Amino acid sequence: MEFPRPLAAPLALLPIPIVEGAVKLMFSSLMKRHPKLFDRLGEHRAKRYAFRPTDLPLVFLVEPARPAITLMRRQANPPADALVEGSLFRLLTLLEGRSDADALFFARSLTVTGDMEAMLALRNALDGSEIDLPRDLGAAAGPFAPLFSRAAAAIRRRALAGENAAWN
Amino acid sequence: MELICPAGTPAAFREAADAGADAVYCGFRDETNARNFPGLNFSREELGEAIAYARRRDTKTFVALNTFMRAGHEELWYQAAADAVRVGADALILADFGLMAHVAETYPEQRLHVSVQASVSNPDAVNFLVEAFGAKRVVLPRTLTIADIARLARQVRCEIEVFAFGGLCVMAEGRCSLSSYATGKSPNMNGVCSPPSHVRYREDGGDLVSELGAYTINRFPREEAAGYPTLCKGRFDIADARGYAFEDPASLDVMGEIDALREAGVCALKIEGRQRGKAYVGEVVATLRKALDARPEDRPALLARLRLLSEGQRTTCGAYEKRWR
Repeated sequence: MEFPRPLAAPLALLPIPIVEGAVKLMFSSLMKRHPKLFDRLGEHRAKRYAFRPTDLPLVFLVEPARPAITLMRRQANPPADALVEGSLFRLLTLLEGRSDADALFFARSLTVTGDMEAMLALRNALDGSEIDLPRDLGAAAGPFAPLFSRAAAAIRRRALAGENAAWN
Repeated sequence: MELICPAGTPAAFREAADAGADAVYCGFRDETNARNFPGLNFSREELGEAIAYARRRDTKTFVALNTFMRAGHEELWYQAAADAVRVGADALILADFGLMAHVAETYPEQRLHVSVQASVSNPDAVNFLVEAFGAKRVVLPRTLTIADIARLARQVRCEIEVFAFGGLCVMAEGRCSLSSYATGKSPNMNGVCSPPSHVRYREDGGDLVSELGAYTINRFPREEAAGYPTLCKGRFDIADARGYAFEDPASLDVMGEIDALREAGVCALKIEGRQRGKAYVGEVVATLRKALDARPEDRPALLARLRLLSEGQRTTCGAYEKRWR
């Protein structure tokens, strides 16, 4: 499932700080719910990880040591030790451990470059956590929590239905 | 037959137990473990919690200490055995005869399984380990046909476990030096086959190129399914031909032969894949559980969906139906 183009295109025009503010809020909410998220990284905690969705004009840079997330315009060589590229929803299903990274790699739906040891450590750290984005991010949505969680869960169901169809 | 399922993290462990595993196998986060990859595996505390979780579901926990001890550093393996026994492992899966002797002498009540890494494949070798160390089960290397397994089962005095699904090793388990040759590290001694520190992927004109140390392992055109960056699955130029010198990037699947394996005397089917994610573990364990309980004619439809999760998106019966003697 691809991120809708009519929604992706305006992101190229919006000032980065506006989108980044929302992303930082979500990241902070995730870290509060999963404070041990990066414990499994060990020595790779000091590395920088870039996530480049193929269907967005953006790159997300995660620095577990701080921990922090930075948003930047899509670029060929983001300043990271390791880079993973795939559609946004695929990357999110990986974040939740609901898709198997190896299977996506075999299917060429995912590209990984750079420091493989660091990337493998991050993959395993995420897989070992029990992130549930609708639940975890919903908690930060205040009075809109039920609405947000329901909408996010519906999007996830649709994205995962696409994944399962691909497996069949 | 028992279904023995892999777990690289506590989350994958719970997936396996919930999906119907009879036993889950896992290991510590160090070089006592042949799947010693970064971010993977269990601390002592996590293993204790996992065992408690498994017991509530009547699931057993096997702990793999399946590398070979380094001379002068045996204490790392001895301590791992002591900790696994202390937190209540139902069995230890061992490859090193020295470690087997230590466990048999120090913890005579502890159930001991012979790892596939021990590469034990004939009745004399199996019975020696049964008599010398009290081994209760042997995990056979993936080098035997079903007829070979049946002949062996009639002559050995312990249970037999075989790999039924997942990654397929080159046929020298426990003795493979391909990774050592390219990187100086091996699954046998360091717990890493193709250590990720030596793996690189790069895009080249739409092709995906995988490299291990100084060696190019493979080049996958855009539409071709990819495989792991291991030398045994490498595609090389040999004389005038380009091809897979050792084996194709394909995964093992002998679930279509469940009844033949049962008749051959196999008591447990093992799923490879401690390095895989919890989504894979949950999907594969649930599907194979259903396949084990299903009628033979219903199994192919159940198993077909697993093919796309496999390396190279292809599966093979490997040596189980070997026809190239």
